[in-house]
Amino acid sequence: MATALDLQIHEIDDWSCCGASSAHPTNHTLGIALPARNLALAAEQGADEVVAPCAACFNRLAAARHEIAADDTLAERMSSILQRDFKNDVAVRNVIDVLRQRAARIVELTAAAPEPKPLSQMRLAAYYGCLLVRPPEVTGFDDPEQPTAMEDVIEACGALPVRWNMAVECCGGGFSISRTASVVRLSRRIIRDARAHGADAIVVSCPLCHSNLDFRQAAMELRGEPPMPVFFITQIVGMAIGVPRDRLGLERHFVATDPVLADATAAAAAAAADAETKRAAKRSSAAQKARA
Amino acid sequence: MPRAESTSSSHTLVAEIERHTGIDVRACYQCGKCSAGCPMSSEMRHKPHDIMRLAQQDRRDELLDDESLWLCITCETCSARCPNACDPARVIDMLREQAAAAGRGPQQRAIRAFHDAFLQQVRGNGRIYEAGFMVSYKIRSGALIQDVANAPGMLARGKLHILPERVKDLEDVRRIFRACEEDAS
Repeated sequence: MATALDLQIHEIDDWSCCGASSAHPTNHTLGIALPARNLALAAEQGADEVVAPCAACFNRLAAARHEIAADDTLAERMSSILQRDFKNDVAVRNVIDVLRQRAARIVELTAAAPEPKPLSQMRLAAYYGCLLVRPPEVTGFDDPEQPTAMEDVIEACGALPVRWNMAVECCGGGFSISRTASVVRLSRRIIRDARAHGADAIVVSCPLCHSNLDFRQAAMELRGEPPMPVFFITQIVGMAIGVPRDRLGLERHFVATDPVLADATAAAAAAAADAETKRAAKRSSAAQKARA
Repeated sequence: MPRAESTSSSHTLVAEIERHTGIDVRACYQCGKCSAGCPMSSEMRHKPHDIMRLAQQDRRDELLDDESLWLCITCETCSARCPNACDPARVIDMLREQAAAAGRGPQQRAIRAFHDAFLQQVRGNGRIYEAGFMVSYKIRSGALIQDVANAPGMLARGKLHILPERVKDLEDVRRIFRACEEDAS
C-alpha cells in the first residue's frame, strides 16, 4: 500500500518502546525520555518525519516533541538524559494525516481498481478514540470533538462514512488487561452506537482500539446482535486500491470480516450489473431513435 | 507554559502542582464538565472535578490514598474540554506519580501491576515481550487464570510471539530509566 501511495517508510533502527500508558503516570520524565530516544534515532538516521501506526505511540511521540519544544530547560535535561545532541527537529505524524494527504492518489487508484468494489456498498463508522485527537494542542487534529479526517479517507476509498456519536469516546484503552470490565462497558456502547447509526463496520487507526473492539467483543454479550467487524484504516485503503485481500491480515481478526465483505461484494456486483443494464437500455433506445 | 508565582505556602498541594506542572488548580470553578465527559467517572469515588477540589483544599491524604487516581485512563477528554485550561489529566498524572513514589494506598493492585510489569519489560528488553509481560503481570496482580483461555486464539492469529525481541543498545534504554529515576527523586 505504501509503495502504491509513493510513501517511503523505513523502520527506525533499534527503536524502543515509548512507554505507552504506563510510563507517564508513574514517571513524567520517563514518559518524555522514552519517545524522545526514538525521535533522536530517527533524526540520526536521516528522517524528516516519524509516522506511528498506533494512536498511543503517536500521542507519546507528539507529546514529547511538544513539551520539549515549549520548555528549554526540559530540552537541556533531555539532551543530558539521552546523552545525545537532541535537536527535536523531526515532525510526528499519524496514519490518518498521512493518508488524507494522499487522498487524491487514493481516489485515482480506487477508480482504477477492478470491479466489483465492495467498499462502494459499505457504510463505515470512523472511530478516532482518544489519543489521535487529544490533547488538541499536541495532536493538531482538525477538530477534537468533530474530526472529519478519517471520513475524508473513507470517502476517498469510495465507501460511505456514517454520522454517529461515539467517534471520539474512549474504548477503555490500556485497561484491556488490568480492568477488562471497564473496557467491555466502554467498547460495547461504541459498537452499539455504530450499529444504531447504520454502520456495517467500524474503522480504527490504533491497534489497541482494534484489540478492544475486536478481541473483547466476545465478552460484550451483544445478545442476538450480529458481530461488528472492525477494520484498520490501512486495510480499507488497501482493499480500495486493489491490494490482494490475503495480504491485508484480515484473517488475524477475532470478528470475521468475510460475511460483511461477501454481502458488500454481492451488492457491488449487483449494482454494477444494474448500471450495465441501464447503460445497455440507453444504448438500444438511442439506436432505435437513430433508426426512426 | 509560564509558571505563575504562587502566593500560597510552598508546601501546599496547590503550590506543588504549580511547581511541577505550571497548572493553577485554583482556576477550577467546579463546572463539572471534566467529570461529565469522563468515561471512567461512573466507577470513581472522586471524579475529576472532585480531585481538583480536593487539591485546592490541600486534602492530600484523601487524594493519594484513594483508588480514583488509578482509574483515570488518560483519555484526555477532561483536559480538552476544561474551559480554564486546568488540565485535570496532567494533575492526575502528577498525583499518581506522588502516590507511586510514596508507595501509598491499596490503589488498584491490578492496574499498578500492569504498569510495573509493562515498564519492567521496557527496561529489560527495550520493547514489550507479550508472553513475558503476561507472566510478570499475573504474578504481580494475582490474576493467574485471566485470559489464559484466550492465549491459543492470540497465538493462532500471530498476536503473541514465542521469543522476545530486544533492542540492540539495551544499556542505552536502561541508562535512560536510571537517569529518569534520579531526575524524579
